[in-house]
Amino acid sequence: MIEPFLIRATIAGIGVAIIAGAIGCFVVWRKMAYFGDSLAHSALLGVALGLVLGISTNLGTIIICTLFTILLIWLQQKQILATDTLLGILAHSALSIGMVTLSLLEKSVDLHSYLFGDILAVTTSEIYLIISGSLIVLVFLYHNWSSFVLTTINEKLAKAEGLNILINQLLIMFLMTIVVAVSFRIVGLLLITSLLIIPAATARQLSHSPETMAVLASFLGIIAVILGIYSSLYFDTPSGPSIVVSAVIILIAI
Amino acid sequence: MSLLIEAKDIYVKRQGKNILENVFIQINKKDFITIIGPNGAGKSMLLECLMGTFSPDSGIINKKNNLSIGYIPQNFNPDNSMPITVKRFLMLKKNFNINNLKKVSRETKISTILEKNLADLSGGELQKVLLARSLLSDPELLILDEPAQNLDIKNQLNFYNLLNNVYKSRAISILMVSHDLHMVMASTKQVICLYHHVCCSGEPQTVAKDPEFVNLFGNDMAKMMSVYQHTHDHVHSENLND
Repeated sequence: MIEPFLIRATIAGIGVAIIAGAIGCFVVWRKMAYFGDSLAHSALLGVALGLVLGISTNLGTIIICTLFTILLIWLQQKQILATDTLLGILAHSALSIGMVTLSLLEKSVDLHSYLFGDILAVTTSEIYLIISGSLIVLVFLYHNWSSFVLTTINEKLAKAEGLNILINQLLIMFLMTIVVAVSFRIVGLLLITSLLIIPAATARQLSHSPETMAVLASFLGIIAVILGIYSSLYFDTPSGPSIVVSAVIILIAI
Repeated sequence: MSLLIEAKDIYVKRQGKNILENVFIQINKKDFITIIGPNGAGKSMLLECLMGTFSPDSGIINKKNNLSIGYIPQNFNPDNSMPITVKRFLMLKKNFNINNLKKVSRETKISTILEKNLADLSGGELQKVLLARSLLSDPELLILDEPAQNLDIKNQLNFYNLLNNVYKSRAISILMVSHDLHMVMASTKQVICLYHHVCCSGEPQTVAKDPEFVNLFGNDMAKMMSVYQHTHDHVHSENLND
């Protein structure tokens, strides 16, 4: 008999792996790994916001990450500082403000589970959230696939063919926000980027088209998540890092 | 003469400076126009205004109804992080049609490289693929932004030869930004010399003698223009035997 918590963890993990793999391809293609990392760091402020306002931490994360993205694009347009500098400033100020806020809260917070994830403690309502978040991401990806790919290959060409670059860019960033918001309970804020880029990087070695790379990245992500969950149970190791270790082992094996 | 597109009194200002001022340009059917000018003269900006991807601060742009434009951007460098074949890249074009793809592939001589990875192409192959892509929609006007910039001389000649064939067989109009003077002299019917404003325009030979051209590019350049003019028959015929 499989324990219910294990079934929940597996479903949640598969849902997250599917969208993280596909969106992760764009992170790799568009060189947005640092953006993903910064988004995840700023998510801690979202957790704090959620706890302060008494709303769900996932919703708080979506709000903060969306604000983060808008602020970043606005500052980028000003062209005063380089993007990586802006990202560093925004991410670490959000992370620090989040930490300070959390420490001021009356109730004690399990910071560790936010930073490194705790997939085995996933609740049923969180699973619904992951499934709906995943569906949103998949629908958007499916409908905008060609536009996203062409924009990624060459913005000038895409623009000349009538695509709106800014909207495409914002959509991709927004989808990343959803991925971060639904997956930080699984691998933790510090390790989300690895779930985005490691399966995608592995899939790159095996694919000849952007579509197969995305599907393969999702598939490899699922294997990494399942291996991670069971090895974490077997060896009694933290689940988030175990998933990442599994992903790295797959990368090296291939 | 039927008019495809015309831009009048185009002004673009950035940080208090005029990138484009009082620019007038007219493109008719079967025109082959080359824009030359120093770096930062506003050449690419003018192309963007004509394509409608950038709105000038003031000025009027009149287009023929449903004008179909094919475009080849400057500095196209596909990244190896995305695996994509030439064929799939061409298929990303709107209203893509497989028969048209076959026809265009033969026309641009890329049939043998359709299954190659885009990032693995040589510079010459890549420009041919971009030309093929721009032709997929059967455009009436081709706009090329320094298409042979990163090619060696042999590939440059091959590319321009191909472009000439396309121009003749399709009877389309071409607007190009280029620094390749031998090509400008050999094929272009009209040269527009742009430095924020239109300095001079007309047939290549006339432009080379224009005082504004000499002022902008120097005497040596003007001399080179006339040399190319002189040798153009030779270059052209050698290339056809290639």
